[in-house]
Amino acid sequence: MTRQAKTWLVIGAVFVALIVARGMIGQGLGRVYVKRTEVTAKLPDAAAVNSAAAAPSASASASTSAATTAASTQATAGPSGASSQATTQSSAASISWQEWKQVPPLEFAAAQKVNAAQTEITLSWPRTIGLWLAAFFTLAIFSFLYADNPCYKIAESLVVGVSAAYWGVIGFWDTLVPKMFGALTPGLVKSLVQPSLVAPEMLQQISMVLALVLGVMMLWRLLPRGGWISAWPLAFIVGVTAGLKIVSHVESDLMAQAAATMKPLVVSVTDASGATNMWDSWWASVANVLLVVGVICCLAYFFFSVQHKGVVGGAARVGIWYLMITFGAAFGFTVMGRIALLAARLEFLFDDWLWLIDPNHFRSL
Amino acid sequence: MSAANFNNTNAAARPWFERLDRIDRRWIFLLMFLAVSGPILWIGVTGKTLPEAPTLAARAVFQEIDQLPARSLVLISIDFDPASAGELQPMATSLVRQCAAKNLRMVFIALWPLGNQVAQQTIQNVIRDDYPALKEGDDFVNMGYQAGNEAVMKLLLTDFAKAFPKDSRGEATSNIPMLKGVKMASNFPLLITVSAGYPGSKEWVQYVISACNEKMNFVTGCTGVSAPQLYPYFPQQIVGLLGAIKGAAEYESMVNASLAVDGVATAPKYLQAQRRMGPQLVAHLLMVGLIIVGNVIFFARKRRGAA
Repeated sequence: MTRQAKTWLVIGAVFVALIVARGMIGQGLGRVYVKRTEVTAKLPDAAAVNSAAAAPSASASASTSAATTAASTQATAGPSGASSQATTQSSAASISWQEWKQVPPLEFAAAQKVNAAQTEITLSWPRTIGLWLAAFFTLAIFSFLYADNPCYKIAESLVVGVSAAYWGVIGFWDTLVPKMFGALTPGLVKSLVQPSLVAPEMLQQISMVLALVLGVMMLWRLLPRGGWISAWPLAFIVGVTAGLKIVSHVESDLMAQAAATMKPLVVSVTDASGATNMWDSWWASVANVLLVVGVICCLAYFFFSVQHKGVVGGAARVGIWYLMITFGAAFGFTVMGRIALLAARLEFLFDDWLWLIDPNHFRSL
Repeated sequence: MSAANFNNTNAAARPWFERLDRIDRRWIFLLMFLAVSGPILWIGVTGKTLPEAPTLAARAVFQEIDQLPARSLVLISIDFDPASAGELQPMATSLVRQCAAKNLRMVFIALWPLGNQVAQQTIQNVIRDDYPALKEGDDFVNMGYQAGNEAVMKLLLTDFAKAFPKDSRGEATSNIPMLKGVKMASNFPLLITVSAGYPGSKEWVQYVISACNEKMNFVTGCTGVSAPQLYPYFPQQIVGLLGAIKGAAEYESMVNASLAVDGVATAPKYLQAQRRMGPQLVAHLLMVGLIIVGNVIFFARKRRGAA
């Protein structure tokens, strides 16, 4: 073992020892507590639901949507982080279930103090395991900074797998089901999977048939013959995208930006009394001069039809300085962003997992 | 002589700048870890944050929301997911808090799949916890996520109900009281977005703000990576801009100051951005120090090479 490896082993051992020591003293390490609450909601009128499913016109869906979604409104309006499970259906007109909302450990300690046998606020093992898994995977990803290792590989593979599956589910339930199947067979989708689906208009349904045809044509390239058919929907996509982007770029980036560059080089800033503020006027003028000079010099740098000598060469050199300052500012912003993300992860480790700090006063007053 | 001893002997014989140049990069990672974790622990224990002096772009965001009359409609697009929450969640929290305190009617939308959940969480943390009098459907509504990116933006310009036919609860848009009379995006006097990338602030400028025939003000908060691309739009197309965690901290301090009550400390959940400026300071000092050391090494090698 090299001296360097020994050094890092000692540093790693110190960190592990600190974490173990932290677990053995004080309040211990991360745990999640939940509070159980009973929720009751009225069920929608069954006849209204059936009529809405059978006649999925825009007017029918509008008139019955309030009824069809009455229960879901109650169910989803719960607090974030709350999980629910339907337990009883007390009558045909209402349904009740239990929700578990995450509460600070301080609340659990207070409840225990009042009644040690209370069961309203309890330790949530699934959420606690989730918290520890989150901490493990954070450390697993960080471990790549030392060297590539199996823990990092596991975390990386999980991220890729979970992301791919998540995007697949999102694509199916948020795009295909409501936009495609919901437009083509609204009654079926409404009765089977999405009672709150707002039925589309006839024109939208026709356009979705065209979209379906184009989609099938796009998939034609997977067949052994007729791959050229996929060129047609591709041409449609390129044409529409180009049309949209050209117009928006000309409007927002060319015309509006050119107009924003045409500024007076001498500015007079007046205060509330109408008097000229010399200091502000000076800085506003300097800002405008810098802006106009910067635009001209950067354009000169990218103007290759004339050799970069004399005045053009000087302007191009100033343009390089402007560009370098811009790149520096962009780098600074990127560093700031990355450090903010690192700080957020370390806050999670120190606060939620190790209970070293308590900025939100969840464990101490 | 073993290979390790041979390398050590060689390392000792090298000049100081050569040794610094070949330093194991893991030492720099460890230094960065200490630079970030030290202030987090210190601020976490003491509760003290650094003072913030708001810049023009952050002040513009605050003033733009502040000058709206009560009950004005604002469209809030949450275009980020938990991967960027470290930077952007404090902005979203403060923006919603100022809107709620001003009694503005908030319409949340999301063009990112997880934006819906982020909006829901922000609504819970700010509106339901601290402004319980505000009613869903009358004072705020979460329209949820819509797939389609720029297509949704273009549709918003002509038909809001078509772009978002129902809210996240499944309630039809036509049945939501606060959306009566809302036909298109220009019915909202102010558009607020918190964006982590594509589709985000840039696309809102390109497809909505520039294309909108009527005056529609636009303020946005964005990640540090995308901020340099958005500054050229300020202040003509983007009226106010919160760039990265620094912008968030400036804006947060303004909102906290405007809503401060004598003798009552600001809730810790509204100090997130300011808490994260401590690690920023020390980590940036370390970065500057490393850049200086890198330059010193560069010039020392150049000098040695010339000699």
